[in-house]
Amino acid sequence: MGARVITVTSGKGGVGKTTATANISVALAQLGKKVVAIDADIGLRNLDVILGLENRIVYDLVDVVEGRCKLRQAMIKHKAYPDLYLIPAAQTRDKTAVSPSDMVDITQQLRDEFDFILIDSPAGIERGFRNAVAPADDVLIVTNPEVSSVRDADRIIGLLEAEEKGPGKLVINRVKIGMVRRGEMLSMEDVVDILAIKLIGVVPDDESVLLSSNRGEPAAGDLNSKAGQAFRNIARRLSGEEVPFMSLDGSESFFQRFVRFFSGSVSGPG
Amino acid sequence: MNQLLDRLMGRGNASGSAKIAKERLQFVLVHDRLDLSPEKLKELKDEILAVISKYVAIDRNNVEISIEQRKRDNWLVADIPLTPDDKKD
Repeated sequence: MGARVITVTSGKGGVGKTTATANISVALAQLGKKVVAIDADIGLRNLDVILGLENRIVYDLVDVVEGRCKLRQAMIKHKAYPDLYLIPAAQTRDKTAVSPSDMVDITQQLRDEFDFILIDSPAGIERGFRNAVAPADDVLIVTNPEVSSVRDADRIIGLLEAEEKGPGKLVINRVKIGMVRRGEMLSMEDVVDILAIKLIGVVPDDESVLLSSNRGEPAAGDLNSKAGQAFRNIARRLSGEEVPFMSLDGSESFFQRFVRFFSGSVSGPG
Repeated sequence: MNQLLDRLMGRGNASGSAKIAKERLQFVLVHDRLDLSPEKLKELKDEILAVISKYVAIDRNNVEISIEQRKRDNWLVADIPLTPDDKKD
């Protein structure tokens, strides 16, 4: 059956879905996987700018659906990662221009040739979400350790279960390690306790993510970026590797705490 | 000294806002998932107790009925102490 279709969604907007999609796509391509990233956020196109491909768009997803171009013509090959392609969203249309069965058809045509097809879902629980989820083999739910996005993630998990696509796997994004240590931010354990689904990634809040979206070069390509490391770990887990989670939750060893306490330095996540 | 010990043991602030966030989320999600408001849940409890009281005497002061989350399933858990007849007299 070829490629696995992985949809990245969240319910709430602004939690880092597009950034996660871009970074996981890049990280999978770095592992030598053949990857297509599809922007399903029709009307609010963004995966192209995060991947640095905004100047190369000729055709988009709606052009494919409406037969104005061949699927191949809408696929933009990434220069830095030759195994990574983007199918951009249309910018001037809305979600009704695409149907769930269109998404199934398109992914069906790509499955033989690729290892992974990532779909960046729009926020919300309406048509755009249903489009993005229709072809999914796996769903990644991105949340921040914060009440409104966790609540929305729970709603999404409920909807996925109702559609027999669930429960999905959890990505906790923008974890502020210092705040978790002080007991002022939900920890990785808290969020997993509440949502009760399998965790696939924990991404620290990291300035390098903004710097890399400014440049259009996802942090996953930056070996010094902690968030990039977290996204690379997610890609490895998706490829079937067992990768231990970074300790972002304050669960450092006694020795690490001892050293940190007496040296006054903050030990970073591993 | 306690604070110093807490920091060495890696314990967060036990009264920090994260704990409050977790409790509030757990409460709101039970009602979200079941589409059952706190008022409706109270009605449900009252009716359960009324039905049981028709058959046996219960110790209302020590009743505990709550919804518990186990993985992604919700369970209505009831602890209802029954009062033997001889104590009633």
